[in-house]
Amino acid sequence: MFVQIDNLSKQFDTQNGNITVLKNININIAEGEFVCVVGASGSGKSTLLRQIAGLDTPSSGEIRIGGVPVKGPSPDRGMVFQNYTLYPWMNVQENTEFGLKLQGVAKRERRERASYYLDVVGLSDFARSLPNQLSGGMKQRVAIARALVCEPKILLMDEPFGALDIHTKESMHEFIIDLWQRTKITILSITHDVEEAVFLSNRIFVLSSRPGTVKKELTINLAERGADAKRHAIFQDYRDELMGLLRQYGAEGLVAAKI
Amino acid sequence: MPQKPKSNLQDSSTQPNRSSLRPSVFWQLAEDIPPRLNWVLSGISLGLPLILWWGITTFGSIDPKFLPSPSAVIIAAQRLWGAGELQQDTIASLWRVGVSFLLSAALAIPVGILMGSFASIRALLEPLFGLMRYMPAPAFIPLLILYQGIDEAPKLSLIFIGTFFFNALMVMDTVKFVSKDLIEATYILGGNRLQTLAMVIFPHVIPGILDTCRINLASAWQLVIVAELIAATEGLGRRISVAGRFLRTDEIFVGLIVIGAIGLILDLLFQYVIRVCFKWSNNN
Repeated sequence: MFVQIDNLSKQFDTQNGNITVLKNININIAEGEFVCVVGASGSGKSTLLRQIAGLDTPSSGEIRIGGVPVKGPSPDRGMVFQNYTLYPWMNVQENTEFGLKLQGVAKRERRERASYYLDVVGLSDFARSLPNQLSGGMKQRVAIARALVCEPKILLMDEPFGALDIHTKESMHEFIIDLWQRTKITILSITHDVEEAVFLSNRIFVLSSRPGTVKKELTINLAERGADAKRHAIFQDYRDELMGLLRQYGAEGLVAAKI
Repeated sequence: MPQKPKSNLQDSSTQPNRSSLRPSVFWQLAEDIPPRLNWVLSGISLGLPLILWWGITTFGSIDPKFLPSPSAVIIAAQRLWGAGELQQDTIASLWRVGVSFLLSAALAIPVGILMGSFASIRALLEPLFGLMRYMPAPAFIPLLILYQGIDEAPKLSLIFIGTFFFNALMVMDTVKFVSKDLIEATYILGGNRLQTLAMVIFPHVIPGILDTCRINLASAWQLVIVAELIAATEGLGRRISVAGRFLRTDEIFVGLIVIGAIGLILDLLFQYVIRVCFKWSNNN
């Protein structure tokens, strides 16, 4: 498998003692798949993504991407954060180029590659704009372009559309599906939005809360993922199933937390 | 059946309306006032004391040795300007502030950024700086005279001591506003620590650093006057000190007003530079 997460566990030392956030996580992702990890708050899904990004080290277990163990952050794994994290003093073009600049790519090549991906995300006209002149959806598209410019093996997204209003969110869903189909990139997204997960994913991993463990793996087979897909019966069946699972495991977590 | 409390049975129309928040222009919390009102109030802020000063000295019977009239102060200013003394004093004071504050900032900015960026450096320096900050710089004057004599050196040192620790600690605080996500995003894009420091943290804190300098320049400007009151041959502080000895109250006023005006101009200049050069940080 392209992404292999074997028996990953993560504990944190806190004032209230040792807390297990993730326990025995096993997730495999094939190249080119779009996978969502869904869980209630407290399920450690962001912690999981941080381990994969290399921003944090697992307490036990291993993560391999393309056979290479994850040791630390690297441009091999692009990441999109919920709150955009654009460099506010750089314009859109400079933001998009920045990863290449850090890696020492020559100016001309930088410019060309960034321009290509700005075109992919449809923001060529805003290359000279500063982030605070953009809407939330546009900022997130810049963040996606910035990640893609480095040509990562996998794109990690941490609740990427969580801060957007519902209309922007829906258009971003269609945008990211379209982008995924064109670039064939492997995507792992974290979300608590059930519709988002069903709409975007090939497969969904459902995490329980405290400690986060994989409770269920759902394979989603949607014939089409156009704007109308959300109204089809099969979509709603998937959504209801996932909602039920989340309610079940989220509630378990709440009970567990009280004890 | 339990009886409901009486108040709940009352018809809502008979209850007095709870008062709603009335609109206000003058007393709006955390809102701007109209530009015209802003100008009028700012005018009153400076104009009213001036008028009071003028009125008291014109219609009151106050000894001009205690309170000279505005016109007497203007005449004194013209006299000092004509003799070239006012320019000489102003340049001397500005030069002292300029040199020592530049040295202070040049050292404090990198130290402050390192303290803000690395918890280790912070643990190493913050206790000492926190302590030094509470020692009033003028209290070092006897030591400085002992070590450095009464030439320029102790004056520059005084301003340096009085601003360095504040500069460093306040620059350190500006680094806290760089979000951890932004730093981690840089790692993921392939940045190493040095690149993150130089290409992300540093540009992010420049407006904050300039603001820190703006604030601490005020203390530098106060300290130069203190330094010149002790021992100096020229400078605005020296001018005030000498004028006091000869009861030239009008010249004291000239000195005070020039000091205040230069401070205000420097402050506005910094504000202007920050606003114009760092548009990206305005809306955040």
